[in-house]
Amino acid sequence: MGVQSCPKEYMPHRTKGAFMLETTLCGIKLRNPLILASGIRGNSAGLLIRAGKEGAGAATSKSCSLLPHEGHANPTMVDIDGTYINAIGLSNPGVDDEIYEIREAVAKAGIPIIASFYAGKVSDFAAVAARISEAKPAMLEVDISCPSRKDALFSSYAKDASEVCLAVRDATSIPFSAKLSPDVPNIGEIARACVASGASCITAINTIGGMYIDAHARHAVLANSFGGISGAAIKPVALKSVYLVRKAIGPEVPIIGTGGVFTGIDAIEMLMAGATCVGVGTAIATRKESAPFKAIAQEMESFMKKEGYRKLADLKLQE
Amino acid sequence: MPIHQIATVTKAEKENGIVTTLTFDTPLSHAQPGQFVMLWLPGFDEKPYGVAGVSPLRISVGARGPFSKKLCGMEKGDRVWLRGPYGKGFELKGKKILLVGGGYGFGPLRFLAEVARKRKVSATAICGARSKGLLMLPAACKTIFTTDDGSAGTKGNVLVAMKELLAKERFDVVYTCGPERMMSAVAYEAKAHKAGCQLLLERYMKCGIGICGHCCIGDKLVCIDGPMFGLEILENPEFCKVWRTKTGKRVPI
Repeated sequence: MGVQSCPKEYMPHRTKGAFMLETTLCGIKLRNPLILASGIRGNSAGLLIRAGKEGAGAATSKSCSLLPHEGHANPTMVDIDGTYINAIGLSNPGVDDEIYEIREAVAKAGIPIIASFYAGKVSDFAAVAARISEAKPAMLEVDISCPSRKDALFSSYAKDASEVCLAVRDATSIPFSAKLSPDVPNIGEIARACVASGASCITAINTIGGMYIDAHARHAVLANSFGGISGAAIKPVALKSVYLVRKAIGPEVPIIGTGGVFTGIDAIEMLMAGATCVGVGTAIATRKESAPFKAIAQEMESFMKKEGYRKLADLKLQE
Repeated sequence: MPIHQIATVTKAEKENGIVTTLTFDTPLSHAQPGQFVMLWLPGFDEKPYGVAGVSPLRISVGARGPFSKKLCGMEKGDRVWLRGPYGKGFELKGKKILLVGGGYGFGPLRFLAEVARKRKVSATAICGARSKGLLMLPAACKTIFTTDDGSAGTKGNVLVAMKELLAKERFDVVYTCGPERMMSAVAYEAKAHKAGCQLLLERYMKCGIGICGHCCIGDKLVCIDGPMFGLEILENPEFCKVWRTKTGKRVPI
């Protein structure tokens, strides 16, 4: 996972001195390790292109499914003092429409596009994987862990997660990451099963299942009753999950560490926990800069310069 | 801090055939004209509505779908849950401004007229509707009415009245809210007369806080980059062309 030279096509906005953040993910060169997380402003080509302009190293699209899906009624997302809960309900126009968004983003974003998708059954995972691969994203992400689903998550059991990964592996030649939930007894075991079944990367973590109630209304705040918690509150859970996944899958397989990253220091900590790249989600709405990814990248760089790090690979916890 | 604040209806006034203006018991004094709140009826749905007044809070609702019809049926004492205000509202600029509203899009413009009067900015308004029964009440400034069928005011759409007015008078900024094609025509007309223009846009909205991305128009988000956009929105590839459904599917406007 050393820092390699990067081809021009993924480096259009590279500024002098930013080389120290360059990295590689599943053989794909990234100008920096910051990746727009799935479900966050990734539901149109225009928004994925915007993530590139705002300085992201790569951008993940909103998860799509075989057929169109309206998602849940509102409220679908609320924030309470910097902690967010959402149950958007995986709304998406279906893979046949999504393919156009991905194609356009791949052509124009100037950064690698990671196409996320989900399904309700194993054979549909394979079908969506095959179809979305036609848009030639740099990578795929298999969402097997969305907490707003009423049925059990595929990522809850190693056997289910593994079946999905095997099906996706056979359906596409594009490297894919399995996105995991922390709401399991042993996330390391699930990650190991995914890798053994063909996942080239692990994304950890999805949001954490949770619920808010409005006492005056005598109602759950989310129309779906429960959903996934994101924001600053989940960083410790994300760090622990990434740390455990790294221990479980060894040093070679990349991890996209996601959850509660708002600053450059948060991102550095995620890398120290064992992540290869860092997913950024909620932060892009709370940081007021016009280019939040660039701002986070600059904070990473200034930390590294100040502390004497020359490359990302050196960001490791002390033994 | 609770996520939503509770507001109780003190007055529900039927303004015309489809619009009801709700007045609440609470102020929302930091809200600007053009900003919106997310109104939640627990167990039912939550939708964005433009703020029509702040002390106390007022919202003008056009009965359109199940949610807005339910709001329009509210009575004194009924409660709504709200969060916000959100988004970028109108920026009051210049010394002489023109407000051009179509249908219940005139609501946020009336709020702007109130603010303009307080700040001693000269305002003129054009309020258009298909027919007399759909016209909104006048703003706190000179208001010219137009109806497509000529049943009240000038016959024709707001453009007719706007062109007539711009032939005689110069305005620094034109503020507009209503159907997107109307706003587009208003913006081009303003541009031709070298006036600034601010448009209030709408898209299907979910989170309202810049995260879910559902209300995108090109690479912009209506909830945080808007809902007020300047003349640059005319260059946006999805302006006046693409609307996204509940699933996020692109459909032509």
